[in-house]
Amino acid sequence: MSIKGQGYIVGAFEHPTRKAPDLSVAQIHAESAAGALADAGLTKDDIDGYFCAGDAAGMGPISVVDYMNLRLSWLDSTDVGGTSYIGAVGHATAAIMAGKCNIALITLGGRPRSEGVQTGTGQRAGNPQVADSPWESHFSPATTNVYGMVAARHMHEYGTTSEQLAWIKVAASHHAQWNEHAMLRNVVTVEEVVNSPMVSTPLHRLDCCVISDGGGALIVTRPEIAKTLKRPLVKVRGHGESWKGQMGGDVDLSYSGARWSGAAAFAEAGVKHADIKYASIYDSFTITVLMQLEDLGFCEKGQGGKFVADGNLISGVGKLPFNTDGGGLCNNHPANRGGITKVIEAVRQLRGEAHPKVQVPSCDIALAHGTGGLLGSRHGSSTLILERE
Amino acid sequence: MGIMEDRKMPPNCTNPESDPFYAAAEEGKFMIRRCTSCKKAHWYPRAVCPFCFGSTEWEQASGEGTIYSFSTMLRSNFTMAYVTLKEGPTMMTNIVKADPEQLKIGGKVKVVFVQTDANKVPCFEPA
Ligand SMILES: [Zn+2]
Repeated sequence: MSIKGQGYIVGAFEHPTRKAPDLSVAQIHAESAAGALADAGLTKDDIDGYFCAGDAAGMGPISVVDYMNLRLSWLDSTDVGGTSYIGAVGHATAAIMAGKCNIALITLGGRPRSEGVQTGTGQRAGNPQVADSPWESHFSPATTNVYGMVAARHMHEYGTTSEQLAWIKVAASHHAQWNEHAMLRNVVTVEEVVNSPMVSTPLHRLDCCVISDGGGALIVTRPEIAKTLKRPLVKVRGHGESWKGQMGGDVDLSYSGARWSGAAAFAEAGVKHADIKYASIYDSFTITVLMQLEDLGFCEKGQGGKFVADGNLISGVGKLPFNTDGGGLCNNHPANRGGITKVIEAVRQLRGEAHPKVQVPSCDIALAHGTGGLLGSRHGSSTLILERE
Repeated sequence: MGIMEDRKMPPNCTNPESDPFYAAAEEGKFMIRRCTSCKKAHWYPRAVCPFCFGSTEWEQASGEGTIYSFSTMLRSNFTMAYVTLKEGPTMMTNIVKADPEQLKIGGKVKVVFVQTDANKVPCFEPA
């Protein structure tokens, strides 16, 4: 049994805001939902399945669905960090296939920028009943230092350089220049990245993603309904998910959960890497992209540095156009969770609705992949392969 | 850079599984847990073995290890690290009393307890 072809993404909407001191979190969710419904040509009353994650303030999904006043037969608030929304497309397709719902809404929204959240450097207070907290919270695992350890180890094992990592930011900036909503629209050079201030060795300020307010929403439905709508058909072809942690102390920072979620998604989709015309790759940091590209199998383990160099990720220039909206690195990382924007840009590419300067010609198969939580300690991993029908 | 002035570490939190570890730390003992079934040591310490679900018991560890990876946060003035213990497991910790520019992956370190407002916590310094 497989969910291949059992779900279609018929609505996708990225909230235009990047700074929203005047919006509430529930409002961002609802405005995003309305945007995705309009995109699909559906209305609020059509929704009978709802999917969200930890950004939906309140008890699981309840407060946000109460704000939107939805009538639902299926609710799922699985939170595996910023990648949750990529996984939610798979969960929604499975629920649809099982007959539990027909039209599923996935939303994200948050305002860390307006709230002054120190996403990368802030230290989190310990919670004694979180299993790892009594052993770790006092060591202050902030986002940047945990990802920094992954980068340092990759450099040690494989000779990866800061310049190679910088190429990932350079490629994202080449794309972001065409996105009127992107936070960082200036094209940057490798030199500018490696000369930007060091945040946590070996990661520089420009190795990091932006901190943005924002939101997004997706609508997933069954094939029969998708074919009655007027939008281009974007089919779920494969989905995989996994997680990776410290493995009881057998810590290995050389790979991520993408090794497993990617393999599952490729197996279900029945496609090869050469078939992928466009890839949305979670980009909390440059090292996140490099690690995932290797683990998804786009290059050999340890060869990610060479793979991303010299513009190989730039649309129209390289072999694997990635994050053509500018990604989290330059465009948007709404609510500190970049999964939904990864799916949204993949949908734009498959519909031929990306910016003309970055649109991949005859883009028929695309991949969206994400890591949620901390790549270097414990994280969720989701991979989605989509096809234009 | 020179030897970095160590920051004041935040207090640790504890739960019933970690209480004996921090009690031993007050006496300067660095404890790990090992499975009575599969005999493998693990980190962080658990009552239930993460490899076979067998039961586990405390043992005093050597406190010797090597740096698996590290990252120095410049603004906050501390070095986050994973240290691989002589007994096998790799643990998250901080490196203290060190010049970050002199630290290397594979470098030898030894445990040193740092007092927080709660308990003493196991950090490592160059051996
Ligand atoms: Zn065991």
